[in-house]
Amino acid sequence: MKVVNQKTPSIDGKGIMMGRPAYTNDLADPNSLIIKILRSPHAFAKIKSIDVSKAKALEGVELVLTHHDVPRKPFTRAGQGYPEPSPHDKFVLDEYVRYIGDEVACVAAVSENIAVQALKLIDVEYEILEPVLDFEKAFEHTSVIHPEDGIKEMFPIGFEPKKNVAATYQMEVGKAEDVLKECDVVLEQSFYTQAQAHAMMEPHTANARIDFQNRLVIYTATQTPFHVRRILSQTLDVPLSRIRIIKPRVGGGFGGKQALHGEMFVALVTLKTGKPSKIVYTRREVFESSYTRHPMRVDIKLGAMKDGTLKAIDCFVLSDTGAYGEHALTVFMVTGAKVLPLYNKVDAVRFAGQVVYTNHVSAGAFRGYGAIQGNFALESAVDMLCAKLGMDPILFRQKNMIVEGETSPIFAIMGEGTEGTAMNMETCKLDYCVKRGMELVHWNETYPKVDISDTKIRSVGMAIAMQGSGIPYIDMGAATIKFNDDGFYNLMVGATDIGQGSDTILAQIAAEELMTTVDKVIVYSSDSDLTPFDTGAYASSTTYVSGNAVLNAARIMKQMLLKEAAHALKVDLEDIVFDGITFSSKEKEITLSELGNRLTYNEDQKQLTATGSYVGIKSPPPFMAGFIEIEIDKETFEYKVLDYVSVVDCGTPINPKLAQGQVEGGIVQGLGMAAYEEVKYSSKGRLLSNGFLSYTIPTTKNIIKLTTEFAESYEESGPFGAKSVGEIGIDTPPAALANAVYNATGVRITKLPITAQKIYQGMLDLKQKESKK
Amino acid sequence: MKVKFNLNGRNREFDVSENEYLLETLRNNHITSVKNGCNESTCGVCTVLMDGKPVLSCTLLSLRADGHKITTVDGLQKEVEEISHFFGEEGADQCGFCNTGMALTIYALKNEIENPTDDEIKDYIVGNLCRCTGYHAQFKAIKSYLEVKK
Repeated sequence: MKVVNQKTPSIDGKGIMMGRPAYTNDLADPNSLIIKILRSPHAFAKIKSIDVSKAKALEGVELVLTHHDVPRKPFTRAGQGYPEPSPHDKFVLDEYVRYIGDEVACVAAVSENIAVQALKLIDVEYEILEPVLDFEKAFEHTSVIHPEDGIKEMFPIGFEPKKNVAATYQMEVGKAEDVLKECDVVLEQSFYTQAQAHAMMEPHTANARIDFQNRLVIYTATQTPFHVRRILSQTLDVPLSRIRIIKPRVGGGFGGKQALHGEMFVALVTLKTGKPSKIVYTRREVFESSYTRHPMRVDIKLGAMKDGTLKAIDCFVLSDTGAYGEHALTVFMVTGAKVLPLYNKVDAVRFAGQVVYTNHVSAGAFRGYGAIQGNFALESAVDMLCAKLGMDPILFRQKNMIVEGETSPIFAIMGEGTEGTAMNMETCKLDYCVKRGMELVHWNETYPKVDISDTKIRSVGMAIAMQGSGIPYIDMGAATIKFNDDGFYNLMVGATDIGQGSDTILAQIAAEELMTTVDKVIVYSSDSDLTPFDTGAYASSTTYVSGNAVLNAARIMKQMLLKEAAHALKVDLEDIVFDGITFSSKEKEITLSELGNRLTYNEDQKQLTATGSYVGIKSPPPFMAGFIEIEIDKETFEYKVLDYVSVVDCGTPINPKLAQGQVEGGIVQGLGMAAYEEVKYSSKGRLLSNGFLSYTIPTTKNIIKLTTEFAESYEESGPFGAKSVGEIGIDTPPAALANAVYNATGVRITKLPITAQKIYQGMLDLKQKESKK
Repeated sequence: MKVKFNLNGRNREFDVSENEYLLETLRNNHITSVKNGCNESTCGVCTVLMDGKPVLSCTLLSLRADGHKITTVDGLQKEVEEISHFFGEEGADQCGFCNTGMALTIYALKNEIENPTDDEIKDYIVGNLCRCTGYHAQFKAIKSYLEVKK
């Protein structure tokens, strides 16, 4: 392969660093009305009355909207395939406010200062209701977070709002309880994960204008432009044909922008005033009023025989979706579906649980999408079980984990809120990943720990993980290739580059098939008027699903070109040899550039365009083994991460450097969740960790070394052998770190993040237990 | 109120309010390369150079820029292009929202510290947050750039 699996700098990195306008707010109309949102100061309340007359009277205020002024139509902000597996439980504005930061009213004014002043002039009288702030007490709480009529599930997801339940699910293979009874050793433990913040650098941003055809044009920092268009149309009763969504460069998403945040308001303001408008979330709003990761409690039971054969996994998950049920069912299902098949040889496996509403900011999609929560629980529990068995945790994994050619019944049972898709692991290099990772982290020299001085211990820990590659039979991607004079191509994709580099890797796929270079493939993404449909950047789908669509388009284009060249050379198609630059037959030849000019200007004039689509018939999982090496202080229990070793099977990486960036970015976000990112609420439900000072994401000083390698792997069903790589990196750090901390100290941390304080407390508890003995 | 400063080599005069910050003044005047990530001097994406030193434009009053020399990537195209080459080589570009601020900080680091140690490099750029890359590729790119510029 000449272009794929080769080093190619991202096609847009230079222009962006040089400061060319690229992002949503760079492209706003300078005359935009500025939109500000009045947000609820109460975790749960009903608006008794709202008086906006003073705000409206303020000079420079164009529009004030409350729940009286907007269509009352339930929808979900979640950008997912339609009908969505998320309940339609949200209104544009509502008489109820369900978390501190929920939307009360919307102001549009000629300047930000005036808009902010106007917010202060809105008088709201609230009936304060008792909030549900502890998700373990939410089920059948006396306070019902969604008492209103009209909300609904789109298909059965176990939606029981009167019980504060957004979704429920259960499945079982074999009889887990019975098998557990027969096991020599049973491990039972609960794990807690926190409401991690996405903290993408670009805040949620959208702007709108009406164009000269009287259509609504919205620029938005979204991962799902086509879902945004559909949801706006359905909710605001504007014909789909009248809406154009343009996704410019997006400054990071990680799932946080797989939803509507602000688009509804710019659409409403611009439709009602006819004037351009824009909204840019403040950093505080990004923290308090967008999305978080679903916090969870995972109760896990593992049963094994003395020889280290894992026999049963029983898993109950309680997930906190916050005020709205966005991605509630699917994140929760992934906690099982993309974790439990790692140990596919068990006699029985059960997965059950529920997703409850609370009066916290809504949880949504976030890289890993449930798998990181499940991975922390399962991969911690496996090490705990090994401690009970007296067995080496690596040997245990090697004995029990999934290997190439095998399957798990879970694939057929659990899908995206529905039944799943049976598949065999055509590529699974997990065994290699584990062995290679051990070498790279010098496992045998360090495991479980080495005292390196009177005050410092070094230790290692590890975990294995899997993810998916798109959502089979549901999510479709499409691509159009246009052939131009002089012989270059345009590649129009609905696939959504949000910084992960999909424009670059899709150009590489097209260039490889068309035997040209990346600079001859001009990529445009994404614009609902100009680019073909794609579900968007989520579910680790772009390389696999959109990449296959690009490959299909390129194959069609190649055939078209060959046909035209044969016609031009007056020879049979079979007699043509094409090397990407020249079409040759025995005597005659024509260059691609000449063919382009001929078709454009001279003879047989026509425009060649080829569109390819793809919808997966399976979702081949990428796999990885993650190894961490830490150095921990024996007195303060502060620790440093010395190295994080990732060995990844993502098939054949289309762009090894960008794939490495995906893995490493995921690792460090996962480390953030594992180690640093503490979420704090006040007793009234106010998010206290609502800025970069109170919520500390990793900085360059936290990262000493990352070692990332790829296993040799070729997934037949993927474009040029590729599987996905966008999410897999985030899954292992919490369990690997917890295991390393245990190996160093004997303290088992089961609640994220793993702080020095918790380790210290754990040491005290251990000492107390020992002294009691 | 009027404020006069040298912006990217040109003496400019802007009409600003007394509580206006430089980030706003620049963006209102089409310098969109300067980004707003937090507006409370905690993320570094709004970094500009004032007399060659990195400052956070989101919390620098525009009036404080009076008489100074303000530089954004728009005024350092050749130098930033060079830095971007090293980012491209290492695959250190992702969403890019932090990259204009990062590039200015790297350029200032090169001018300010001769042969910096790894810790000095990290201390210098620690205020430029990035949520995408995990910093490792960026760090390698910065090291290569500084090596070449020795």
